[in-house]
Formats: sequence, structure tokens, C-alpha cells
Amino acid sequence: MKKFLLNRDFILFIIICIGLISVGFANPLFITPSSISDVLTDTSILIILALSQMIVILIRAIDLSVASNLALSGMLISLLSTVHPELPVYYFIALSCIIGTILGVLNGVSIAILKVPFIVTTLGTMSIYRGLIYFVSDGKQVYSSEFSEDFLALIHFKFLSLSFLFWLAVAVFIIFYILLNHTRFGRNLYSLGGNPDAAKYIGINENKYIILAYSISGLFAGLCGYLWVARYSVASTQIAIGFELTVISACVVGGISVMGGVGTVLGCLLGALLIGLIRNALPAVDISQFWQLAISGAIILLAIIINTKTEQRKEKTVMVQE
Amino acid sequence: MSIIPDKPPFKILDILYKKEFILFIVLISILIINSNITPYFLDLYNLIDSTFLFSEKAIIALTMTFIIIARHIDLSVASIIAVSSCVLGYTTSLGYDTWMVLLLTLFSGALCGAFNGAIITKFAIPSIIVTIGTMSLFRGLAYSFLEDSYYNKFPKLVSNLGSGYLFGYIPYAFLTFILLAFVFAFILHKTSVGKKIYSIGNNPDAAQYTGIAVDRYTFVLFTLNGLFSAIAAIFLSGRLSSVRPNIAFGWELEIITMVVLGGVYIYGGSGTILGVVISIFILGMLSFGLGLLNIPGVGIIIFTGLLLILSIGFPSFVRTLRRKNE
Repeated sequence: MKKFLLNRDFILFIIICIGLISVGFANPLFITPSSISDVLTDTSILIILALSQMIVILIRAIDLSVASNLALSGMLISLLSTVHPELPVYYFIALSCIIGTILGVLNGVSIAILKVPFIVTTLGTMSIYRGLIYFVSDGKQVYSSEFSEDFLALIHFKFLSLSFLFWLAVAVFIIFYILLNHTRFGRNLYSLGGNPDAAKYIGINENKYIILAYSISGLFAGLCGYLWVARYSVASTQIAIGFELTVISACVVGGISVMGGVGTVLGCLLGALLIGLIRNALPAVDISQFWQLAISGAIILLAIIINTKTEQRKEKTVMVQE
Repeated sequence: MSIIPDKPPFKILDILYKKEFILFIVLISILIINSNITPYFLDLYNLIDSTFLFSEKAIIALTMTFIIIARHIDLSVASIIAVSSCVLGYTTSLGYDTWMVLLLTLFSGALCGAFNGAIITKFAIPSIIVTIGTMSLFRGLAYSFLEDSYYNKFPKLVSNLGSGYLFGYIPYAFLTFILLAFVFAFILHKTSVGKKIYSIGNNPDAAQYTGIAVDRYTFVLFTLNGLFSAIAAIFLSGRLSSVRPNIAFGWELEIITMVVLGGVYIYGGSGTILGVVISIFILGMLSFGLGLLNIPGVGIIIFTGLLLILSIGFPSFVRTLRRKNE
């Protein structure tokens, strides 16, 4: 029981509840069901991206190019939809996912085959993908009036008064939960992150997993490209700029260790929810939008310091037991 | 008994295999191609003015070279520029004396750098993660301080430094960079401090056991990087004569590209100041030439990203191929 109470995910859950209640005291409108459902909808894209980023962080890497990948895939399908509005929406979603996956595979190949360190690769592709958006769009925006109705309709579909985006995030969560906890692929990711040398000795092909992890990250970035464009009904060169940092902070707050191999899917979900709550609560308690970046930066730092502290304590106890 | 020489004997042919030599050839060919494509390139005044495009970044690239050689990285430099520029504008608006303004600006940069260094050494967290955090923290501070306003009044000295020339020819920013490059090359290649930084980068644990105060070196390097970002902020604000919170956005990537393209190994332990200086000129002349050809800034961004990946990817790919053949 005590172990359960001290569980990281449980503490995070308590913090979210306390945060929700205290914002509710300051502004009762914030905790009405419709407002909470809005917050969940708003956080869904972050949840999906945080879960896919988690796979990359588990193997001791980071994908800084997700936001640019999302923006490029989103822009490409938006441009296509202005030319061919008659195509069904599933076509656009599939295309967005494919583009995203290709961009992800390029990252993976550069890291695994060309042996370019992940930080250099993803910093580089972050600006390459972002730059390509200007090239394909000529710096222009695609406005809501230029999208077909079909393109935007799916996002407004509701089930049990919760949005399509929310249910999609739930589905992605379940997929990742099964993938990471109950498949060989998921367990191998953990062992690769925990001890890459040992993992190689027991026959795990590191390069294959790096490319797979980055293609999964790219796949969901592509999916979110469609979701982002459809939800905000605008595609521009600036969409989701800097969002990769929000995604990484959600993972770090959720207890995914940047040293690799540590972290749970549930923790990642709760981390994303906490970040989403903070982002939405700031305007509700009258804090200027301009503070948002500084506050998320401070939260990332705080979360990393707490994570490292607890990890270091664990290491010490292991040594005492020996 | 054979004597093992202190240094391998000098051979002319060895120069050909050096990274710096290859970089130098690339630089020369860019100069030749540029001057053939457009007649405006080989104009003395144009060339002098083109240094304004890269001098500020180049100043930070020098300390970044030290940091990367010591197996660290600092992604927060551009955000520190934003903070220091805000301090510069704010203290000017309070009506402080010029020297006080400059002192406080430099102090703010050093303080940001020291904050990075303190967290990295105190909690033993990888610098990449810490500086990802402080990158948005510092930039966010600048945003929350300035919101949607801007500063456009600076002391006369700052405007002069940013856009003025010594003897009417040499821009102050460029002059500062060249002088600092000599100082840094001396420290890195001729003093024990430089040797210690290499050994920290090669193996931090071993360096610790040989009695090098690794944490103190790390702390000082990050503080220095913050200080140099503040110096760059002074030149940049003086040149642009307007400061918004998004100043120098994305510069961290360009600065790291300068260093890595110059042959500094991203995981530490090797690299020279000469290589970095040549790669700064390569990137500077390249973007100047592309600009003369009316290729938009985005093209240069894409090109820089590709160059960054290929400059590391290509040599290691060739190495892997060669190993397979053996």
C-alpha cells in the first residue's frame, strides 16, 4: 500500500487533482464539464506526440524535429486539399501519416546508418523540414475557407460529448500501453535504453530499433499534422513552432528518464495532462500568455532535477544492498 | 631499444589529410565560384560588410568550441542573447551611465551561463537536457518582460560598436572576433588549460581521477559562454537598433553548425580553433554569396541543416564502408 502511495504516477495524479481544484477555486468556470472536455481536447495532440516521443527517449535519444515534421505534413496535405477538395478525408489522413513516416525514417537512417548523433540530426532536420514548408507554400497560409467541409468535419465529430481528438488520444494510449508492456518490441526498447551494450549481446539489432522508433515518432507527427491543421483550420509556416519542447517537457514531467530505459506509458500520459492543464489554466487565472514559455521552461528544469535526484537515490540504495 | 618520438615526424603529405586543409580547399572553391557567378562578390566594401552577417555568431562559436570539446553542448545561447538584450534596453531606459549599462548586460549573460553551469554540475544532469529547459526559460523571461513591446534606444557607444568601423574599414564586431580567436587558439592549443579541456572531453572520469576539477571547468565554461552571448547581444542590439523578445531566434543551431562543421567532434575530445574559424568563413561567404544571388534566407537555413548532417554523416559513412571492405 505504501509503495502504491509513493508511486510516481500516483503522486502526479494527485498533483493534477490538486491543480484542478485550486484553479477551480480561483475560477469556478474552469471546472465545468464542458470546460474540462475542452482542456482534454486541447491536450490530445500533446498526449499523442508525448507518447511517440517517449519511444525515442526510451532508447536514449530525442526527436527535436517532431514539430517541424507535423507542420510540413500538415502543410503538404492542406495544399493538396485546396487543389483536390473532392478527395475523401481518410485519404488525407493516410497521406499525412505516410509523409510523416518518411520524414521520421530519414531521421532514423541518418542516425543509425550515417552515424550522425541524434542531437545533430534532429536539430538539422528541424530546420530543414521547417524551411521546406516555406518552399512548398511560398510563405503563404491556407485559411479555413480554403479547406473542404469534409476535411474539417471529422474533427468536430463527438461521442459521449467528448471530442474525436480525445477518443483518438485514448486509442493511441491503449496501443502504446500494449506495445510497450506486452510485446517483444516494447520490452526490447526498454532493454536497449537501459543498457545498450548488454542489449546488443543478447542479439537486439540496435540500428533496426533506432529506425523503427524514429519512424513511429514520425508517423504520429504526421497524424498530428492533419489533426493540428483540421483543428485550428489554418496551415501556415509558423504552426507548432517550438512545440517539440512542450512535448519533451511532457515526457520529462511524466518521469521518462532522458538517460533511457525508464518510464511508464501512464506516467507519460499524466505528464502530458499536467502540462496541458497548466497551459489552459494560465489564462483562466489571469496570467499573461507571455509567461507561458518561461513557466514551461521552469517546469522542465524542476522535473528533470526531481527525476535525477530520485534516480540517484535509487542507485545509492542498490550499492548499499550489495 | 627504439625511441618513441614525442611527436610523429613532420611530413608535407600529412597536411593533405588534415580536416583544416579540406575545409580550406572548400573555402577557396566557394570564393572562386562566388566571384565567377556574381561580379559584386569580389568588392572590398561588400566583403567587409558581409562580416556583419556572422561576426556575432562567430564570437559565441569560440566558447561553444570549448564547450563541445569538453563533451557538453549549450542550446540556450540564443535565449541568453534575448535576456541580455532586454537588460541592455531596460537599463538604458532607466537612464543609467553607458558603462553601467554595459556592465549589467555582461553580468546578466554571465549569470544565465552560471545558472546553466550550476545545474549541470550540482545535479549531474546532461547539459543537453538542462539547456533545452533553460532555452525556453530564458526566452520565456524575455517574452514575459517585454511582452509585445520593444526597445529601440541604446547608448551611442552601443550603436557605434554594432555598426561602426575602426579606421573606417574594420567593423568592431569582426575585429573583436579575430582578436578573441587568437586568444582562444592560444589558450586551447598552447596552455595546460587547453590540454585539460581536451582530456575532460576524452574521458571525464579519467580526468577527474588525474586531479582535474572537472565540475569547476564545466561551470566556468558555461559562465564564459553566457558572458560571450552577452557580448554578442551588445553588438547585435547595436546593429539592429531594436530589440524584440524573438531576437536571434534559432541561432543556437547556426552556432553549433559552425563548430561541428569546423571538425569539432560532437562527443568531445577533438577539434581546433583554426578549423572552426575556417568553417565560420565558409558559412559566412556561402550565405553572402547565396544572398547576392537572391536566394531567400529559408534556402540558406535548409542548406545549413543539410551541411550540418552531411559534414558528419559523409565521413563516418565512408569509414564504415572502408571497414566493411577490409
